[in-house]
Amino acid sequence: MTSAAQHAPRRAVIRDSLGVGIAVGAYGAAFGLASVAAGLSVLQTCLLSLFAFTGGTQFAVVGVVAGGGTLAAALSSGLLLGARNTLYAMRLAPLLQVRGVRRMAAALGTIDESTAMAVSQTSVANSRTAFWWTFGGVFTFWNLSTLIGAAGATVLGDPTRFGLDAVIPAAFLALLAPRLRGGALEQGVALGAAVIALALIPLTPPGVPVLASCGALLLAARLRETPA
Amino acid sequence: MNLWWLVIGTVVGCYLLKLAGYFVPAQVLHHPRIRRLVELVPVALLAALVVVEGAANGRHYDLDGARLAGFAAAAVAVWRRAPFLVVVILAAVTAAGLRAV
Repeated sequence: MTSAAQHAPRRAVIRDSLGVGIAVGAYGAAFGLASVAAGLSVLQTCLLSLFAFTGGTQFAVVGVVAGGGTLAAALSSGLLLGARNTLYAMRLAPLLQVRGVRRMAAALGTIDESTAMAVSQTSVANSRTAFWWTFGGVFTFWNLSTLIGAAGATVLGDPTRFGLDAVIPAAFLALLAPRLRGGALEQGVALGAAVIALALIPLTPPGVPVLASCGALLLAARLRETPA
Repeated sequence: MNLWWLVIGTVVGCYLLKLAGYFVPAQVLHHPRIRRLVELVPVALLAALVVVEGAANGRHYDLDGARLAGFAAAAVAVWRRAPFLVVVILAAVTAAGLRAV
């Protein structure tokens, strides 16, 4: 490792990590509202945020329920989307070098934000700091705001009055956008997936259009030879 | 449908998916096809979710003006690389504002 002077000071890493936590965590209120509006109880909603703890998946699951999809469709959309966390864990494992209880805790905290913050640091020490502080920040605010949103949903009534129906696709777009900057293959897969989903909406039960969109990955198989 | 099964399945499944990554030998990631595939699955799912959440109500197309306007405002914000919170608030305020008038 090179000298510490070349790396961001630990305090700056912690500050940035907590900033990410607050920004993302606040969005948990929208999840709380959406989940209760979909028919889950406040307790079920909070358990998802505490132990599934992966925003995109949670939104996908309650979205399929809200659309009238089956349990199997909701669960499989959620788990397919959650499978990206496996990849993150594989990237983080050599950086964090955790065993035992710490590994069990690190697994829970393996999400988009903590991984992005950890892998963008220039030293292993800063990566570990960024991972744990982002995890802690997001976990705290995500769960607090989920509770506020879920409890508020029963008080506030119809969430479309507050534009929640616009928030959900907007949030998915915000999660998608950074991946589209990866290249033409990503953009092609996204476009193909959107077309498949749009075409299947009136033809298949709710939930199926989202799962079937993975058919767009056949594009990736065909374009595999082109350097990305 | 018993939602408890869904909650339990999601919680257990999501945690095991995360934990599994800490036990998989790192060499698997070096396989470019596997890596590419795992990276592209969320791209497809998220794009489909944008469409379904934005334009469907069950098995019907549902093009609500206020919702689409909120989404469009958010899309501009995403394109301008606005922070996540700004995107979400812009979508809500635009849609709710149009419904209030």
